Formats: sequence, C-alpha cells, structure tokens
Amino acid sequence: MSQAETKIDKPEGWNRPAAIVPDGEGEMLEISMGPHHPSTHGVFRMDVTLDGERVVRLKPVLGYMHRNHEKIAEGISYLASMPYTDRLDYMCSLTNNWAYALAVEKLIGQEVPERAEYLRVILGELTRFQNHASSIGFLIQEMGASGTPLMYAFREREKILDLFEELTGARMMVNYMRFGGCRVDASPAWLDKARKVVADLPRFVDEFERLLCSNEILMARTQGVGVLRPELAINAGVTGPMLRASGVNYDVRKVDGYGIYNRFDFRVPLGDHWDVYDRFMVRLLEMRESLKILEVALKEIPGGPVMDPKARIRGLRPKPGEAYGRIESPKGELGFYLISDSGPNPYRYRVRPPSLINLTILEDMCLGHDVADVVLIFGSVDIILGEVDR
Amino acid sequence: MLGEGILKGLAETARNFFGSYFCAERMTTVEYPEQRIAPFEAARTFPFLVYDGADWQAGLRCVSCQICEKECPPKCIFIEKSKDKKPDALGKPQFYPVRFEIDISVCMSCQICVEVCPFEAIKMNTKFELSTEDRFGGLLLNREQLAKSNQYYHQIHATEAAEVDARLAAEKAKFDAKAKGADVAKAASDAAATGEGA
Repeated sequence: MSQAETKIDKPEGWNRPAAIVPDGEGEMLEISMGPHHPSTHGVFRMDVTLDGERVVRLKPVLGYMHRNHEKIAEGISYLASMPYTDRLDYMCSLTNNWAYALAVEKLIGQEVPERAEYLRVILGELTRFQNHASSIGFLIQEMGASGTPLMYAFREREKILDLFEELTGARMMVNYMRFGGCRVDASPAWLDKARKVVADLPRFVDEFERLLCSNEILMARTQGVGVLRPELAINAGVTGPMLRASGVNYDVRKVDGYGIYNRFDFRVPLGDHWDVYDRFMVRLLEMRESLKILEVALKEIPGGPVMDPKARIRGLRPKPGEAYGRIESPKGELGFYLISDSGPNPYRYRVRPPSLINLTILEDMCLGHDVADVVLIFGSVDIILGEVDR
Repeated sequence: MLGEGILKGLAETARNFFGSYFCAERMTTVEYPEQRIAPFEAARTFPFLVYDGADWQAGLRCVSCQICEKECPPKCIFIEKSKDKKPDALGKPQFYPVRFEIDISVCMSCQICVEVCPFEAIKMNTKFELSTEDRFGGLLLNREQLAKSNQYYHQIHATEAAEVDARLAAEKAKFDAKAKGADVAKAASDAAATGEGA
C-alpha cells in the first residue's frame, strides 16, 4: 500500500451507531476485541466498527487494570511509593524508579553521587535494551511468527534480568533507586559480569537484523501500515520511539540532559516513512545506541559512595512546592509531578504515562486498515497496561 | 530475489536450532522441578524474623518498635506490642512483639521493612515455593512461622549476614564498655561517698 492510499480521513458518518445501514451498502459490524485477547498486552479492549474488513471506527476501552496508584501514593510516605512505581510499566521498573527518584530529588533539592548517576545510566540503558528487544519480539509474534523472534529476545532479556536480580534482589519488581542515590552498591564482580553481557549483546542485535530486517513477509505486513503524521504525533503529545519514527527529533535524554546523559555520545534514530516498519527499525537502532552508551558508562564508572551520606530516605517532609521529574523511558517521556504541602505524603502525585498518551492516536492510525493490521499497529505502539491504567 | 530475506532468517533459526545441541550458550532453558538454579545471594521473596540462640521466643531481635508496620507500603504487617519488658541480646530491657503477623498474600516483597528496621530484626527470605491450599490462614504467617535462626540467615545471605553480625558485635562491645565504664564510675563514686562518710 502506498502512502497516499493510507492517508485516510475519518469517513463520513463514522460516528453513527453501528446498526445504521450506511448508504445502503450493507450493515456495519461492531466487534469487541479484548480485554482477554492475546494481542492486547494485558487487559485492553477495543470496540471496533467494521465495514467488511475495513476499520471505520475504533474506541479504546481502558481501566480494566486500574489500581488507584496515584491516590494510594497521596496517602503513603514518599519512600513507600517507590515499590508501587515498579508496577507501572513492569517491563522497565528501573526507569520508573529513576523518574520518581528524580522528581523527589528535585522537590527536596537532593544531589546524587557520581557513581550512582553512572549506575542509573547503566541500568536505564539495560532496561531500554531489554524492553525494545521484547517489544519487537511481541510485534513479530502478533504478525503470526509465534515464538522464534520473541524467544530469542527473551533469551537475551534473561541475561539482563539476571544482572538485575544479582544487584537489586528482584528480576522485575526491583525497588532499587532512592532519593539521593541507589539502594545497594554494585560489586566489581557484578560490573565485570555486566561488561561481559554487554559485550555479547551486539551479536544478538546482528542476529535479530539478519532474522527480521529483510524478511519479505514482515515488510509486506508493516510498510505503509499505520502511518502517523508528524503533525498529529506532536499535537497528540506522543513521545518516545513512536514520535521519533514519525521523524520528529525529540529525545528527553538530549533535550533535557537529565542525569549525566550529556556526557555520552549517542545518536537519535529517526523514521522516514512514519509507519509500523519505521517504529520497528527505530527500536532496533536505539538498541545499538544503548549499547554504545553502556560500553562507555561501564568503562568510566568511578568509585565512591552510591548514596549521598546526608540523604534521608525515611520521614521526608519537603517544603511546600512542586516538582516535575521526567526521563526518557523506553516507551517515551515518563514524568512524575509532585506537589508537597510539607506533609509526610505528597499533596498531589501525578504520573505522566507515555503508554497512555501514545495510545490516544490509535484510532487515527487504524482507520481504513484491516482488522489484522489493527493488532499490528497496536503492537507497534508498545504499551504496558500497568502504566496505561495505573 | 523475492524470498531471500526469509531464507536468510531461516538460516539464522537453523543455526540456533542445531547450535543448541553443541553450544551450551544457546541451550538456555532449565527443566525446573528436577533441575534448579541456586538463587542469587541478593534474591528476596518474603520477610522473616531473625532470632539469636536456640530459643526463638527468647532470642527474637524484634523490639516491636513498629517502624516497619508504619512504613510498609501495602500495610501487610500487624504487630501487637507487649505490656512488659524482656532483656534483649545486650541485656537492656525491651518490649517484644506479642503478636507479629505478615500477610504474604498482600506483601509485595519490596524489602522496605528490612531497610527501615534499626535492630536488624527482619530480613528477606529466598524460599519461593510457598503454595498452600488455604489462601487465608495459610498465607497469614504468625510469629512462630516467621522466626528463623541467625544460622539460617547466614545460610541464605552469607555476606550480608556477616556484615550484620560484625555491626551488632561492635554495638555490643561499645555497650559493654559503656556499662563497664559506668560500673567503674559508680564504684569510684561509691568509694568516694564511703570515704567522705568515714
């Protein structure tokens, strides 16, 4: 399908009730995909209205996994919210920890020691790598290649999760970062192991590229599908690999330079055709850039404390004020907004979830495509329902 | 040529498939109930209470300060403080928990209780096969079920336990020295008092 064909505006009468016969051409069919559909990454439901195979309307139905995260966080101490942030985007707990720690550090004016900053970068980039690898795996699985690429991705993810477990004690629910550093220090043995794992990973990316990039079926299914125009992406507030695949050069690591990211030399891959294939490719290229950062960070990591000795983790009572800490999580811009009224718990606690905001343009990308492509476009958004519903 | 990319991909899968017979790195799975991987030293599942010595009731380190109960994010710890005091490892009279329960169906293994405990009394277990038929009573662990000896702690987290022991020993030495110093001072003042009296 060429690009001109896929630029579809909402067809006339698209918001009519499904049972109404449009122009005597036959009845529209309204189907409900999910919430227990294997392609929906958890519990997400779409009300899809079809004209034959063509999608005329798509309404996302959210909230099946709502856990009241924000309100709970307003009732408990600053420290106690940290393990809850693990459960937002459970594929990348460490970046969630980081964003929350950054917000609280801004609120209380806490400095972070050098070694902790390096550790954060190392863990953040490892998280990005494993998230992108498995999200590509899931995308290919939704295309029908049930298993192989996903299992290869999981094989590499396993090595990274082992590193996480050895350092933090848990594979996914890490609860690792603290306000003013990290909870435990990485031993030299751990760093050596991490260096070894990182040295092996480029081989896996090569393998992934040989396996997928030139595959004709993949190209036929993804090229020209789910085009997201840059103007719409910017207007909708889309961030992360989704936005960069639409050709907009925006990476919070470059724009904001939080932590110590301005010390590393890396490039931001951008898409040219704005379709599903570009999103796949941008993620693959970002994995390579992550490895570049990792190599440098693991070489340069200095000694010293991993936690500011003056930092308090318990009994925080920040001065009245507000803070917004944001990072480039693997899914996009993840931000935590906190308002303190000098109480032991935040007055307001708000998460800016990249998954939810990237999902808002799902209908615009899907209109005019087949049902089978809806699954694919949805997969290319790369969401985690834990973060969408919170 | 159409299909070249697919063939290239198939060559890759073939390399992995046949490689799994020769290369241990490509054979990554473990047949779980028969084969087991030892957990990492830092691994954690649910909390337990450490006691010193042989008797769990006498040696429980917990002084029921209830900090963990307050800090627990999902509020799964229930503590009832004693009315009387018992001497602890240092010989100081301390409160002890009459009731200490952890609902591990609520616990999310965040180990914040371990971090905030000032008495090194609560630590994380590494045991993970905990399935039970009774989901209410079976998952609400009481004092007796939670109490584990210091030797057990050494077994599962060797490095960490050694550090904790060293810290506690240093504290005890400091406390003893202070107590001895106080004794000496008291004896001296007593002697002075008797001297004055004479």
